Amino acid sequence: MGATKTMTHDEMVQALDQVIQRYAANGRNALMQVLQEAQNIYGYLPLNVQRSIALGLGVSVAEVYGVVSFYSFFSLTPKGDYVVSICMGTACYVKGSQAILEKVESELGIKAGECSKDGKFSINACRCIGACGLAPVITINDDVYGRLSADEIPSILAKYKEA
Amino acid sequence: MDLYRAHVLVCCGTGCTSSQSPRIISNFEEQLADNKISNEVKVVKTGCFGLCAEGPIVVVYPEGVMYFRVTPEDVSEIVSEHLVKGRFVTRLMTVSHEEKATHAQNVEESDFFKKQLRVALKNCGVINPELIEEYIAHDGYTALGTILTEKVAPLDVIDMIKKSGLRGRGGGGFPTGLKWEFAAKQQNDQKYVCCNADEGDPGAFMDRSILEGDPHAIVEAMAIAAYAIGATQGYVYVRAEYPIAVQRLQLAIDQAREYGLVGKNIFDSGFDFDIDIRLGAGAFVCGEETALMRSIEGKRGNPTPRPPFPAVKGLFGKPTILNNVETYANIPTIIRNGPEWFAGLGTEKSKGTKVFALGGKVNNVGLVEIPMGTTVREIVYDIGGGIPGGKAFKSVQTGGPSGGCIPASLLDVPIDYDNLIAAGSMMGSGGMIVMDEDTCMVDIAKFFLEFTVEESCGKCAPCRIGTTRMLEMLDKITSGNGTMEDIDNLERIAVSIKEGSLCALGQTAPNPILSTLKHFREEYIEHVTEKKCRCGVCKELTTYYIIPDLCKKCGLCAKRCPVDCISGVLGKEPYVIDSSKCIKCGACEQACKFKAIIRK
Ligand SMILES: Cc1cc2nc3c(=O)[nH]c(=O)nc-3n(C[C@H](O)[C@H](O)[C@H](O)COP(=O)(O)O)c2cc1C
Ligand code: SF4
Ligand code: SF4
Ligand code: SF4
Ligand code: FES
Repeated sequence: MGATKTMTHDEMVQALDQVIQRYAANGRNALMQVLQEAQNIYGYLPLNVQRSIALGLGVSVAEVYGVVSFYSFFSLTPKGDYVVSICMGTACYVKGSQAILEKVESELGIKAGECSKDGKFSINACRCIGACGLAPVITINDDVYGRLSADEIPSILAKYKEA
Repeated sequence: MDLYRAHVLVCCGTGCTSSQSPRIISNFEEQLADNKISNEVKVVKTGCFGLCAEGPIVVVYPEGVMYFRVTPEDVSEIVSEHLVKGRFVTRLMTVSHEEKATHAQNVEESDFFKKQLRVALKNCGVINPELIEEYIAHDGYTALGTILTEKVAPLDVIDMIKKSGLRGRGGGGFPTGLKWEFAAKQQNDQKYVCCNADEGDPGAFMDRSILEGDPHAIVEAMAIAAYAIGATQGYVYVRAEYPIAVQRLQLAIDQAREYGLVGKNIFDSGFDFDIDIRLGAGAFVCGEETALMRSIEGKRGNPTPRPPFPAVKGLFGKPTILNNVETYANIPTIIRNGPEWFAGLGTEKSKGTKVFALGGKVNNVGLVEIPMGTTVREIVYDIGGGIPGGKAFKSVQTGGPSGGCIPASLLDVPIDYDNLIAAGSMMGSGGMIVMDEDTCMVDIAKFFLEFTVEESCGKCAPCRIGTTRMLEMLDKITSGNGTMEDIDNLERIAVSIKEGSLCALGQTAPNPILSTLKHFREEYIEHVTEKKCRCGVCKELTTYYIIPDLCKKCGLCAKRCPVDCISGVLGKEPYVIDSSKCIKCGACEQACKFKAIIRK
């Protein structure tokens, strides 16, 4: 999920406050849920957000950071407006997802895990998204593209480059 | 209730949704209205039919005709031809790898479905998963209702599950009834039931399809489990990557609560039960039971030593059972049909059916459910329709990163828990990936090891350091720098990792390597001694070459080469690759229409 680009900074702070208040009574047991909602608001989890969460739930910042760094779903850095996720699950791998990943990397000039300088794209090598029937599969934000060959990548990306 | 003369079932599982099934539904609704037959034909949104590779799939009843790869534009033809005039649209009745419509007209008679037996998937692709009424109309909640209204004792419920012989479908195969019994015997003010929907095996989507296609079955089963062990609260731990599954499950819980099937005093029996969903956050190790419980508690998902077992001291320190989605999906049917019925299916020690996500190099990619004891050959060739492109079968991988590769010589092994272990693999949660002659087995072993290295939680040294060492050796071998000693060392380290790891992630991490070393050792040796990858997968060991006699001098390959290392004279001289500059991207091979470019 990308950042909610339509929110202003103040709105984000306010939204986060509401989330923390909603879960505050559950304390540390609610840490995962609060982090997940916070990431939906901000698109990632910068240190100041982690600090507010720690304060709100009554746990140490070190513990919050420990949880954030454990789970690959939580990101410490911002993602691009368009997150191109290439499925590297087994079903996709045996059908050539490595070549698809390389094509996306060369087309965008960035590697998996990186974000382009203009903040438009980032690449994410992900695990099975459960659409193995369409292998190899990529997703770009909420759009899913299946039964791909590397040849089709440039025209797919072009749609988003123009957008 | 309105009577309809025909039903149009449209698959809205993840695969088909991503290829536009929502638009297909809205087009059907418009077209039916335009033809003024909306009151005669009902459009039903269903879960997965199983034949995902041929999706989006539309089935029209009463004839049971299945249409494949339907586009939103095809809808008007299906409406005007089939639904108005009663003529089948044969053009859409062929699966892509078949030349002509050899498929039987009726869904149930097609090769794909004939050998299957649907117990866990019985409602998937049949009912609308978003309507509790449809689940109830298919006997839903009668198992729970019978138990609660007839006051069946909790221990009798457990006895039924024990008699059925049901074993856990999440991988380990632990007898479900026994697990429930341990938890039931604990005295405590609070107990929990949990459902493992983390589906970590990369390349498997059984649990996802059940949650998307029949979510009420899981709600009902968890309520039964809670009643049996004396719990009042349930948690479903779902991967965050499964948004549709999460949404349908939440809807199911809300509807069940409205109907009084979840909440306080269910069926006036005094039994209270509620369910909450918790999302995973992308850590494979959280599929392990103790790690999963730490994650629900909001902590890092590090496994903890057992004992104490979760049945004694689990979630929040209370007695807890954890079962897999598919395990739960069997429960209501076992109660309804009786344990003897279930125990009559399958083999001596493995009862019932198993769902597999069949994928990779096979024609019918999708979900299959077979009685235990079916052979690998029947799945790959009869149900799966064989290997595409006339290629040779090499192996089937089951058990994901904890499992192994089954070679052609074991194609006739009947599938059950014990036979798969004897074959050097394991049942796992149900991923089944077919590999053909083009799949390099050393590369596949490396693929799984990269996965475990990334996913090891790092708590114990044998797992953390051992798997990294093994990966380094595989890297050496696949890049042409390996020695025979490396192969021996792989086997030696594997043993210490298996013995020294705390949780099953580490204990099973060496399996993909051990099984490929056992069945495909010659491929390893070739990489080492001949510096050759017979499949042309390992880049360092592969060179691209243009066969001069086959080259038609069209120049297309040279245009596609990103590093300009192909030269020749258009229409005059055959093209040649300068292999010192070639980066082995494979673009030329794909571009050549005359199959003149090969990998050596
Ligand atoms: C590393 C690791 C990952 C696992 N992943 C899953 C999983 O994704 N889904 C699952 O049901 N079980 C998984 N298991 C097995 C569970 O620990 C547990 O045995 C299972 O959920 C119990 O349910 P069952 O008895 O119904 O199979 C995993 C185990 C390990 C060690
Ligand atoms: S075996 Fe591996 S994953 Fe399991 S606890 Fe040890 S380090 Fe963590
Ligand atoms: S594309 Fe094939 S036929 Fe054409 S020049 Fe290249 S190798 Fe020759
Ligand atoms: S494999 Fe790629 S780099 Fe090598 S010759 Fe072919 S197109 Fe050029
Ligand atoms: S392996 Fe790619 S979607 Fe399952």
